[in-house]
Amino acid sequence: MAEPDKPAIAGSSGWAEFRAGAVAVLPAAIAVIPFALLLGALAARKGLSPLEVGLMSGLVFAGSSQLVAVDIWQEPAPWLLLGLTALTINLRHLMMSASLSRHLGGFGGFQRIFGMLCLADEIWALAERRAAQGRLHPAYYAGLAFLLYANWLIWTVAGAIVGPAVQDPAAWGFDFAFTAIFLGLIVAFWRGRGTALVMARLAVPSPRLARRRCWAVPGT
Amino acid sequence: MSVDPANLAAILAMAVATWFTRVGGLWLFRVVRLTPRSQAALDALPVAVLTAVIAPSLARGGAADLCAAIVTLLAATRLPLLPVVVIGVVSAVLLRNLMP
Repeated sequence: MAEPDKPAIAGSSGWAEFRAGAVAVLPAAIAVIPFALLLGALAARKGLSPLEVGLMSGLVFAGSSQLVAVDIWQEPAPWLLLGLTALTINLRHLMMSASLSRHLGGFGGFQRIFGMLCLADEIWALAERRAAQGRLHPAYYAGLAFLLYANWLIWTVAGAIVGPAVQDPAAWGFDFAFTAIFLGLIVAFWRGRGTALVMARLAVPSPRLARRRCWAVPGT
Repeated sequence: MSVDPANLAAILAMAVATWFTRVGGLWLFRVVRLTPRSQAALDALPVAVLTAVIAPSLARGGAADLCAAIVTLLAATRLPLLPVVVIGVVSAVLLRNLMP
């Protein structure tokens, strides 16, 4: 199945697309703030300076791998172990960028590579949703990536500066924000019975479902 | 405020590893041919990954989180994402305190 020429959303300019992307990612950006603060505070406790925290957030920009890395961080930093840890945890991005690459028709060569370097779970899910609704505009993707990236950079550094004043987000129920975001996105992706089958296969590993060879074919 | 060389090396190793996973997907399909079957599998990927991400945390969370998830799902069928997240977090906090 070749990617059909999907019509652009009527009257959409680059700026409007950028704004739409930023608005779409806003809930995820707000939800991530407590965890960014926590990461910065934990990193400061391990002896990382705010500048080093900013470098890590700016260059790596992957929350869960950064949290695990800070957890195993020592003096001096074991670069090979930390690199392999990041590789293992972020290997899922390989499938995400592969899946997204089918919708990057409107992107230039540089935009494709730079866009994928800014990939994150939430950005990927929202970009896939946009592509499923119509056409994924580079400016929309830039809106997604810019807001989440700037937000992550600012709040992790803030966490490193504020340090001990930061509390565990789970104590306030903020950990459920990610579950809520992902549940909301599942509803957005819902395409009937086939989708339910995919979810059942992943959430409840049952031998009977596992034998069904076609579980991964929703609504096609 | 300074940058320790060992810390910088570790940050760069993490960055290069992560960049590889992010850009690698662009080249994956130049090597692997896309059949209609694998195309269909990729179409199912968003829901598959999202489910795999939330299922363990829901299982760990217990009955309160499960009820909050149902409330969130109901809200998601008719509201945009931001109110859904607010409703989800508020219901999780309430239910965790109300349910043992």
